Amino acid sequence: MTPDTIFALSSGSPPAAIAVVRISGPHAREALVRLGGRLPEPRVATLRTLKEPDTGEMLDRALLLWFPGPASATGEDLAELHLHGGRSVVAAVLSQLSDFEELRQAEPGEFTRRAFENGRIDLTEAEGLSDLLMAETEGQRRSALAMAGGALSRRIEEWQRQILALAAQVEAALDFSDEDDVEAELSSGWRGALCDLVAEIRALLERPPSERLREGVRVVIAGPPNAGKSTLLNALAGREAAITSPVEGTTRDVVEAPTALGGVPFLLTDTAGLRESGDEVEVIGVARARERLAEADLVLWLGDLAERPPGNVIAVKSKADLDQNRGPEDIAVSAVTGEGLDELTAMLRQRAGDLLPQEGEVALNRRHRRQILEAVQALEEAREAHDLIVTSEALRQARLALDRITGRAGVEDMLDALFGTFCIGK
Amino acid sequence: MSGSFDIIVVGGGHAGLEAAAAAARMGASVALVSFSRDAIGAMSCNPAIGGLGKGHLVREVDAFDGLIARAADHAAIHYRMLNASKGAAVRGPRVQADRRRFKSAIHALIDAEPGLTIIEGEVTSLRLNGRTVTGVELGDGQKLTSAAVVLATGTFLGGKLHFGMTSCAGGRVGERAATALAEQLKELELPLARLKTGTPPRLDGRTIDWGALERQPSDDGDWTMSSLSGGRVAPQLFCAITRTNQNTHEIILASLDRSPLFAGEISGVGPRYCPSIEDKVHRFGDRDGHQIFLEPEGLDDRLVYPNGISTSLPEDVQLAIVRSMAGLERAEIVKPGYAVEYDYVDPRILEPTLQVRDVEGLYLAGQINGTTGYEEAAAQGLVAGVNAAAAVAGRAPIIFDRSDSYIGVMVDDLVLQGVTEPYRMLTARAEYRLRLRADNADARLTPKAIDAGCVSEERTRAFEASRAERKAVEDALTRLVTAAQLSNVGVAVREDGVRRSLAEWLRFPELDAEGLLRVAPELRGRNLRELEEAIQDHRYAPYVARQQAEIVKLRADEAVRIPADLDYAAVAGLSNEMVERLSVARPSTLGAASRIRGVTPAALAAILVHSRRAAA
Repeated sequence: MTPDTIFALSSGSPPAAIAVVRISGPHAREALVRLGGRLPEPRVATLRTLKEPDTGEMLDRALLLWFPGPASATGEDLAELHLHGGRSVVAAVLSQLSDFEELRQAEPGEFTRRAFENGRIDLTEAEGLSDLLMAETEGQRRSALAMAGGALSRRIEEWQRQILALAAQVEAALDFSDEDDVEAELSSGWRGALCDLVAEIRALLERPPSERLREGVRVVIAGPPNAGKSTLLNALAGREAAITSPVEGTTRDVVEAPTALGGVPFLLTDTAGLRESGDEVEVIGVARARERLAEADLVLWLGDLAERPPGNVIAVKSKADLDQNRGPEDIAVSAVTGEGLDELTAMLRQRAGDLLPQEGEVALNRRHRRQILEAVQALEEAREAHDLIVTSEALRQARLALDRITGRAGVEDMLDALFGTFCIGK
Repeated sequence: MSGSFDIIVVGGGHAGLEAAAAAARMGASVALVSFSRDAIGAMSCNPAIGGLGKGHLVREVDAFDGLIARAADHAAIHYRMLNASKGAAVRGPRVQADRRRFKSAIHALIDAEPGLTIIEGEVTSLRLNGRTVTGVELGDGQKLTSAAVVLATGTFLGGKLHFGMTSCAGGRVGERAATALAEQLKELELPLARLKTGTPPRLDGRTIDWGALERQPSDDGDWTMSSLSGGRVAPQLFCAITRTNQNTHEIILASLDRSPLFAGEISGVGPRYCPSIEDKVHRFGDRDGHQIFLEPEGLDDRLVYPNGISTSLPEDVQLAIVRSMAGLERAEIVKPGYAVEYDYVDPRILEPTLQVRDVEGLYLAGQINGTTGYEEAAAQGLVAGVNAAAAVAGRAPIIFDRSDSYIGVMVDDLVLQGVTEPYRMLTARAEYRLRLRADNADARLTPKAIDAGCVSEERTRAFEASRAERKAVEDALTRLVTAAQLSNVGVAVREDGVRRSLAEWLRFPELDAEGLLRVAPELRGRNLRELEEAIQDHRYAPYVARQQAEIVKLRADEAVRIPADLDYAAVAGLSNEMVERLSVARPSTLGAASRIRGVTPAALAAILVHSRRAAA
């Protein structure tokens, strides 16, 4: 049997000076080549530019290490990417890796586990490591749960309980339908409860993700060329993050500036001015600008109000020092005189309030979201199924997905729910 | 009579019979020891064989050439496919068996087994050399020698019967309890605990007003429990249905102080799914009535089994309960119902072969392991019998897996989780039930049985013929057709222009067996059993494929052996609860450990480290 290829951030959470991402398994070689071009010499640190394979967009300049199996830490083909340890870099690389179909995020402790399984850690080492390993994996799990102050685990337990109750009714219909206490078909109440559960989980998935706290609210500054976007970025960031000039089309690529405004994290993004252009590079820049616009939490729009993009937008009249007339925009600013900047900052912070998880509110990180999404998709399959056996199988899949977050709920738990609810048996 | 055998089986119930017969089929010389020859093959509780989950077990035992399905077909006076309207994976074939016909069929089958000798007597003790079994000693002092002993003593271990507030020692009514043997098992430090089960009063069918009751006739069709049975041989009877009512419930509630259950006389735990009527009324008092099935016990037998009123209330209360129900106003009780408490051995001391982990050659099967039901017992008997025979012959154990059989699910549940109530099979217990159907038991298990040398020539030939038939069906299903072709014969699938094989089209619920025969008339001559098996295989193929991925993942963990003597207390980071459960269950692989309740992935990693170290 071929094992999956897994990846994970193996160093601590960013930001840090460097971040180490490991990829282990039969597709590690392919992933490394697709990101970094040629395969580096085995066991020789090699500097490479990592690019998004489809767009060619640069992700980072990184030190790559290639350890062909079985002489690697995990005993499989293993790649290490030593990245710059910024949040956005790490997030971009991890998200790129999850886009590779053959790869999946490692479960906690999975690298170490593979190392043991493949006999790569000798026995004395293993003995010493077991305590450490325990702390590592259990700690990871706990910290993930503690992040939401226990609220998430309570919520998931509640979901598990509800899924078990739903499953118990299906199992009762399957295993005890010859008894008169049990309906052979599922009631409308059952369907209603399942729909409510799906809606609740979907709503939570829509919530601001916890990464926003670490990575910042994504603010994209956009508009036509030469509207003063880069100047505004620099003014908000308080540093010369983007090159500015009076020449139209100076910004051709995306410029990111992580910035804290009054303690609230933002990822300010400057984009190329939106216009039809014959310049090949500028066309790519405009395309990227549009992508970023689509992903933005909040847009600062520096153009004609008639052309403002949909979504959460603040219309900004820029270069207010050149034209004192108040227009229909939400706010007028001048990066030169500083006019309106405090007001804009306040506005950003106020809007960010709705985009960040609230204190004490359940927030999902990427791993949780992945499992919960899997669970809710399975629940939706259960809702659509016309065959009780398929319904039951889908509910089992939903439980498995949630189990990967909290621990397991086995058949016995389901039977407890079953026998607690029905009077069955002859 | 020679006093030396390969294997001695103690107990002539369903577990003992299958154990003895399976070992004999594999060529072992076997002694089956029972209190009396006549008690062999007795159906001690209800007349039904099979049912949901249980029907799967019967078919699986049959796939190994076991006895129960063939004897059930000979005795069947009522066939019913439970869940007939649902997917095949949860359909449960069940029969009502005539007790006498069942027993005579069993006797005919075992008499035809040349390697099997029946010995009448009471086994009073095991003969041991240290912790290795060397035979048994009988009540008359006779000593028998063997390399393996299968204990299939049912509820006879420390059995105690309760009729109202009076109790006496015994297994079934009129038989003695094997108390001496129970004492010895305690000395061997096998962990014993108590369970209880119950049985309803038996009614005189001639005093029942059948005309006033709803009838449940035998199913149409000609399906049988065993794939070797040619058809239905006995005349078919009907069952009838009545209900308890408010009056019944008041009678019960007024007498609870005379129930040993409620007066604290019974300490054993009873099954949740087979509660006594007093339990039901006490726990679910808000219900206005409970269904009671009246099942005839035989063709020329006046006894009727009222399924649903298992009770240990005193006889006068039982009669009042019975007569409170429609159609039973003038019914007479022939034998009162009773509760039985008995010892069972915590099955977590067993290997997946059902051998006691640290007593060489001692196997346990059936109710002694905390299960309930004929089918569960028979399946365990098979496991113990084939493995005892394999061990005696110096061959590799025959292990059933959760992904290949309900037998595997049950054995895994027993040896890893133990029991907290009498264990009964349910389809809900089988996580891979989409692939484990009653109708594909032969396809799943007969090849394994043939490899084990457990199958007669007759069955081998029948199986080969069946597989050839299946192959012909599969060949026909490779034909490509379009949605339009299906629509032409009245199968309303969505037109998407894609040509699919018939096998692939079977994933669409719109294509049923009838539609298939219209679009592929060449299948008309084919055997229905193999055709239906193919239809079900293809219908659920995508789900089965997804489960297969899960199973592959599981197999990787199954390949990692955990040393039998691993000291879990020394594994850093395990909670006390985990240490306790792991130490009792002693999982043999990492995969087994992962299925024990409460064992986390992190704990598994720690166990893995220690296993590797211990293996060095």
